[in-house]
Amino acid sequence: MAKQENPYKKYLREDRLPHIFCPGCGNGIVMNTFFKGLEGTDIDFDNIAMVSGIGCSSRVPGYVKCDSLHTTHGRALSFATGLKVGNPDLDVVVFTGDGDAASIGGNHLIHAARRNINLTVICINNNIYGMTGGQISPTSPKGSFGTTAPYGSRDLPFDLAELVSAAGASYVARWTTTHPIQLSKAIQKGLENEGFSFIEVVSQCPTYFGRKNKMKTPLSMHQYIKENSINKRRAEKMDESELEGKIIVGEFTNKPHKELSANIKELVEENSNKGLAIKSAFEELD
Amino acid sequence: MVEVRFVQGNEACALGAIAANCRFFAGYPITPSTEIAEQMSILLPKYGGSFVQMEDEIASAGAIIGASWSGMKAMTATSGPGISLMQENIGYGFITETPIVIINVQRGSPSTGQPTMSAQADMMQARWGSHGDYEPIALAPSSVQEFFDFTIKAFNLAEKYRVPVTVLADEVVGHMREKLVIPDDIEIVARKRPEKVDGQYLPFDAPECGTTPMPAFGDGFNIHVTGLTHDERGYPDTNDPESHTKLVERLCNKVLMNRKDICSVKKELCDDADIVIVSCGSPYRSVGAAIKKAREEGIKVGSLKIDTPWPFPEEEIREIAKTAEDIIVPEMNLGQMVHEVERVAAGEANVHLIGKIGGILHKPEEILAKIKEIKG
Repeated sequence: MAKQENPYKKYLREDRLPHIFCPGCGNGIVMNTFFKGLEGTDIDFDNIAMVSGIGCSSRVPGYVKCDSLHTTHGRALSFATGLKVGNPDLDVVVFTGDGDAASIGGNHLIHAARRNINLTVICINNNIYGMTGGQISPTSPKGSFGTTAPYGSRDLPFDLAELVSAAGASYVARWTTTHPIQLSKAIQKGLENEGFSFIEVVSQCPTYFGRKNKMKTPLSMHQYIKENSINKRRAEKMDESELEGKIIVGEFTNKPHKELSANIKELVEENSNKGLAIKSAFEELD
Repeated sequence: MVEVRFVQGNEACALGAIAANCRFFAGYPITPSTEIAEQMSILLPKYGGSFVQMEDEIASAGAIIGASWSGMKAMTATSGPGISLMQENIGYGFITETPIVIINVQRGSPSTGQPTMSAQADMMQARWGSHGDYEPIALAPSSVQEFFDFTIKAFNLAEKYRVPVTVLADEVVGHMREKLVIPDDIEIVARKRPEKVDGQYLPFDAPECGTTPMPAFGDGFNIHVTGLTHDERGYPDTNDPESHTKLVERLCNKVLMNRKDICSVKKELCDDADIVIVSCGSPYRSVGAAIKKAREEGIKVGSLKIDTPWPFPEEEIREIAKTAEDIIVPEMNLGQMVHEVERVAAGEANVHLIGKIGGILHKPEEILAKIKEIKG
């Protein structure tokens, strides 16, 4: 039987392979669903620019054959804001994780959502700091273990989809690596939405989260995620105690409204002298 | 046509940025630099540019780097705590060779310090503020005119060497109003787009003491830009000691080996001087009057004004140390640049500090008193 090649390999920087992700990591599933979602849109792959911060999820853009900016921890959305406002024609996609987006980058996350800047943010939430070896994160479930929570986490985790919805994003969805079809559809919708789109992907980190929480294999983590996922519509009929420890999946927000770079463009059109072209750094002065 | 105006220093900075073709500004309100953001928010829409008030200074520094990779000349302005917050992303600018301009209108510090008072206490932070080995470029204006001129020069150097450039102003220069002459023949360095050769382009393949043209995202080069140590393709290469050494040495050398092109000093009455006053930024304003009075009393005093504290103009200071017996360094801190002067003078001349903090500029009499004390 002929070896079947991944149809999305064409999007990868093959000279960067092999990648650094652990066996059983969810990042590969998210990448596949991203490419599938992208192919569902009219967006030209060559027009994609990716921005990321620091962490395992932020390593994704380094393997994709497009312009990619691998920035500082937590700040991907700040860099992406400059990139998108500087050139609103680019389709800017941000890859981030729970530590990057919600802990060190939490302030940038809510403000980017508030401005509704036209970015598609894919947040791979594995509930742990994987790159540094399994420390507790702001989405780690209460009672879960990490190398910095040896007696179990006592903090309440963030609900990222609710947080970003409340901050003003125009498209928000949460799915998991066990829902690849729904996830790629959400990514497609996010890419098509002219505004801040936030797609949270609950993902498995068998190496650190699994090992610390009695789910050592990728399969056991997948089973855990799948069994605990509840569709948003069903969850709405359940009370708080029934929802404890559950992962609510589905579309949280889909309310398009005017985004930042379009607002700035309008401001320029109203105020700039007629015929005054925007000068890029490459242009000589008259 | 030459335009003459009477403006505030911070306003002159914004006008300089626009003249230099800056079309993106991201910033966060902070005294005493806020007027730069305010002016940019007025001017940029008129010139087809974008202004974004970010959520903090960390985000501001990130946004201008993103904007620079979108193909725009980009700037931020801040003071005190704000410049401390920006340091990590400034370091990212160095390792990724991103042209950006950072305006630091220095104020009394540490911490919140004296928001409305002047200081030069960030001189060493501009040199060593971000973690790691790097060689920054910084310019220190002493007048409203220089704040305009040096802002333009900062953009030109940023583009030429692909580095973050800081304008180290202070509250005195930022808030004073003076005559500003806007010339009609301003020299502007435009960014150069790389040429694509057979689909092959190495975005970080540069000569040992130089840099290489940078494309904008969307130009079709599909490049990877990372703050990790990287090879000439831009790909992470973090465990090879040689790769790291090669990259960081080149980033330092492209500034150090081009000192002659970057460094600028202004020498006055140094030829016969026994004493030379080495100043930088605002304190220069009091030097002229002190020299005049000293010379009236028969003491031969000259002045060397440093326009570019970083890279430090070593050759020029070394020369002065050979001819003068004493060097006086007036600065609005408890002694920062004086250590650089001492290092370079290497015992050839006696180096004296007039360190002044509290927020008020040196008076000519204070400099004169030091001159007399030395001659005493």
